[in-house]
Amino acid sequence: MALSAKSLKVGDAHTARLVEDLKRTQIVQYAGASGDYNPLHTDEIFTTQVAGYPSVFAHGMLTMGMTGKMLTDYVGDARLTKYGVRFTSQVWPGDTLEATATLKAITEKDGAKIAEFDVKTTNQAGVEVLSGYAEARLDD
Amino acid sequence: MTAQERERQLATKTFPVEAGHILMFARSVGDDNRVYSDADYAKTTEAGGIIAPPTFAQASAQFDPDYGLRPKIGQPWFGSGKNATGITRAPGGGGGGGGGGLHAEQHFEYHRPLKAGDVLTATTTPGKTWEKEGKRSGKLVFSESVTEYRDQKGELVITARGVGVRTERPVEQPAEKA
Repeated sequence: MALSAKSLKVGDAHTARLVEDLKRTQIVQYAGASGDYNPLHTDEIFTTQVAGYPSVFAHGMLTMGMTGKMLTDYVGDARLTKYGVRFTSQVWPGDTLEATATLKAITEKDGAKIAEFDVKTTNQAGVEVLSGYAEARLDD
Repeated sequence: MTAQERERQLATKTFPVEAGHILMFARSVGDDNRVYSDADYAKTTEAGGIIAPPTFAQASAQFDPDYGLRPKIGQPWFGSGKNATGITRAPGGGGGGGGGGLHAEQHFEYHRPLKAGDVLTATTTPGKTWEKEGKRSGKLVFSESVTEYRDQKGELVITARGVGVRTERPVEQPAEKA
């Protein structure tokens, strides 16, 4: 399941489709599970009439959560040691997202091999919506 | 720092990590990995049992009695009802103003996997604040907070650093979107 250092080289990239045509209901589902009920994500009337946005939009943390699936599917369960992101553009209902992890380096820490990845998620127009990094423990 | 801020800085919250909550959270991010939902399967994996997805610590908001982005019984709520907002807000709050701003960054450091059955204690300390002039949303005010999640033995499980931003006006969309 987990990645081995032997099978990797710097520059290797792994891409996964995270969601196709993001539904408002999934954003509602994330609000309920995470506990973040900010109306900007679920309340179209508030968001368009009071906050001044064209429609509700996804929680940044929903995009980070979906991107996290790409990472854990790739590096294996319980292998991440670091994961951090910046939210660089909003994600809207109807968006289709793809995320890529690119291997930047393999280092060693406490006798274990650690992979360092650049992480990036883009929408159907090629606009970057999330930019970050991750580190994961590798097999030898 | 006011007395109230000092109290908040030291406030700790209890976060029980429950299997049913992990299941719902994993579904909401579109993750069907059985290590988040099937205890028998999870036992056969390296994780050794049900674990939480990497961003699950964010759902500790459910257990924070003071969390501001959840409607509370008997209290006004700023989302729409009869009117577009349930409260009268001070003018000039800007786009992100409704609801405590927007989330700019989130960072996690995992000291060990988070498991169903863990009972964490979360301690949040405010970090630095800074300002920037944004091209798409006017003046931006950033503020950082660091939360340490410790287990029953007091051992550090996750360190989380979040950055929030308040915008002067709603964020303009890139040309590709328009």
